[in-house]
Amino acid sequence: MKKTLLAGLLAGVAVAGVAEARDQIRIVGSSTVFPFSTAVAERFGKTTSFKTPIVESTGSGGGLKLFCAGIGEGHPDITNASRRIKAKEVETCAKNGVGDVVEVKVGYDGIVLANSRDTAQFSLTLKDIFMALAHDVPAGACASADDCTLVANPNRTWKDVNPALPDVRVEVLGPPATSGTRDAFVELAMEGGCKTFKGLKAMKKADKKAYKAACHTIREDGMYIEAGENDNLIVQKLTTNPRALGIFGFSFLDQNSDKLQGSTVNGMSPEFEEIAAGNYPVSRALFFYVKKAHIGTVPGIAEYIAEFTNEATWGPDGYLADKGLIPMSDDERKEWSASSNGLQNLSM
Amino acid sequence: MIDRQSSPSETILASLPRRRRAEARFRIYGIAAIGIALAFLILLISAIGTQGIGAISQTEIALDVTLDESVLGLSDARDRETLSKANYRAVIRAALGDVFPEAVSARRDRRALMKLVSVGAGFELRNLVLEDPGLVGGTMRVWVPADDEVDMLMKGATARDSGRFSDKQLGWLDQLEEEGRIRSAFNWRFFTSGDSREPELAGILGAIAGSFFALITCLVLSFPLGVMTAIYLEEFAPRNRWTDLIEININNLAAVPSIVFGLLGLAIFLGFMGLTRSAPLVGGMVLALMTLPTVIIATRASLRAVPPSIREAAIGLGASRMQAMLHHTLPLAMPGIMTGTIIGMAQALGESAPLIMIGMVAFIVDMPQGLLDPASALPVQIYIWADSPERAFAEKTAAAIIVLLAFLIIMNLTAVILRRRFERRW
Repeated sequence: MKKTLLAGLLAGVAVAGVAEARDQIRIVGSSTVFPFSTAVAERFGKTTSFKTPIVESTGSGGGLKLFCAGIGEGHPDITNASRRIKAKEVETCAKNGVGDVVEVKVGYDGIVLANSRDTAQFSLTLKDIFMALAHDVPAGACASADDCTLVANPNRTWKDVNPALPDVRVEVLGPPATSGTRDAFVELAMEGGCKTFKGLKAMKKADKKAYKAACHTIREDGMYIEAGENDNLIVQKLTTNPRALGIFGFSFLDQNSDKLQGSTVNGMSPEFEEIAAGNYPVSRALFFYVKKAHIGTVPGIAEYIAEFTNEATWGPDGYLADKGLIPMSDDERKEWSASSNGLQNLSM
Repeated sequence: MIDRQSSPSETILASLPRRRRAEARFRIYGIAAIGIALAFLILLISAIGTQGIGAISQTEIALDVTLDESVLGLSDARDRETLSKANYRAVIRAALGDVFPEAVSARRDRRALMKLVSVGAGFELRNLVLEDPGLVGGTMRVWVPADDEVDMLMKGATARDSGRFSDKQLGWLDQLEEEGRIRSAFNWRFFTSGDSREPELAGILGAIAGSFFALITCLVLSFPLGVMTAIYLEEFAPRNRWTDLIEININNLAAVPSIVFGLLGLAIFLGFMGLTRSAPLVGGMVLALMTLPTVIIATRASLRAVPPSIREAAIGLGASRMQAMLHHTLPLAMPGIMTGTIIGMAQALGESAPLIMIGMVAFIVDMPQGLLDPASALPVQIYIWADSPERAFAEKTAAAIIVLLAFLIIMNLTAVILRRRFERRW
């Protein structure tokens, strides 16, 4: 084994010298931003004289890790993220010489709870979502921290959760814990519902760890089914099982609007306009980050930013909207376009 | 069988029918097991087949385009650069406007109308003009790809009343169909282009090229290394603790999950040796590490299958051990070695896990021209398409699976044929 490895190494070294200077943008990061980023990359490659950028889908965290690993040809120029960069990641970046980073906010993505059109549409509140999916729920009203005891989630049907909901067993197909969509769902929907209990909300200050455990943990008794990273799979399962609800990104609902319907959350339906206006509560911002040190070294980065922040790309009538991206408001777009094309440094 | 000498005892006779029944049952179990496996295989292949067959055709729309200089935004210059930057989309829009004059006034209608045609239409027109700049100024009829949604509608995958089309759009499509401007053509784009975010433009050739380059690298590395290792271990190495250790390690390596080889590739080929990310060269090297144990084990097995008498006869006649090896044992073992290598290659062709780590799971539009150009691979392409929200990608995914299966069947068939034709039995 040793021998073969060594020989393999030698063979590799012999060709390593051929690697040449990079003339192609390299993008890594979030799988949520991937469909949008690739669409822009393809247009950019077809309409400019630059090569089509290579886009890898590594997840937000994985992308930032690669991005922050250093400067030079071996490191990506841009990383996509379905959340904002964390202070800790900025530190790692700076430690590895990636000091100047341009932040570009792209738009929004709604996370929807949808079911088959063969059954009635669900009207949920954040509290309902929490009560249906949390591992532990408060036993009583939980009006203050003192009289708030958590019990293992006893709710079997939606009717147990809220008498106004149908008498159907809770069955939710959603992303696994490794997914960015799951992170966002937990943070926005679960925690949002969790906070409606005053007792739990008070816990946030007193014991942050316990608060997080209570609000962020999803039940593991088979009512929430981890359906894998592939959202198409969830869509397929929903069409064959009309009793189930599924959790996935808005673009998949948009593409399958003839088969599926989104549940309203806090009275807001997951529609393009509502998410864009910020009324739909379970939506998150999407970003990408650009390594300033590479602008000028790798050709086309500034032009790629310009293409992405073009109205015909990310505007309400742009081609990304056709792909399911929820655009920012006019003012927000103007602001972000100015700051990102001016290559302003990221400020936390 | 009952022995003739000893008289059949009562107990044996009594147990005979029971034992025969047991045997009959056992055979039925076997047939049932095979039947179930076959049924699943047929189910799988027919499901993929019926879905993938759609990708062979693509809906196209005929437009009478006028390549007017003013619409194209061209001045007098006719060099490649200017021609490639011209506004072909405007030409397409104008051609659509000629068919539906009532739809050009309102901006909303114009957008809805443009949505019927693929965004690739303008680029295809551009390529026509770049090939023959003399087309500028003239009028011609071109068949451009329809948008993927329209394609799905025409193939019946989307219902008319699905709400994905407005009544106006449906009316326009009906009119196009009446005028004979819609056809279902062979989808050559699927076999001649690289990946795209537009399902109607996406092709498999880039992935095939990537897989090809990676497999070539894999073969060039793993075949000589594997065969040499196996020959040495089998014929020359002394039997001691070290060779035992190496043997155990090789057998273990064959069972290591493939993602581990990806991690090794990331650390050594990319990290330590600084090779380029996403290159099929690195992919091939990682796959070679994975295939090596298969090649070594197959080679050793087929060397061992050559009867020692042949080796001994050669040595007895004065051949050196190397001569006996190269002139007699190795040629006789070759069919087995080839079979093992081809099966190893077929395994490598279907792998995507080790490629994640070295950046080959990526959206790559340009066709790879060599070992160092960024590329994806067939299984990776399937994975990326399966994950895309656009409904039309479902049939592309199935079609890509068919292509991959076809390659695997060809490779495995070659292995079977080689074995049948050249294998010697003693």
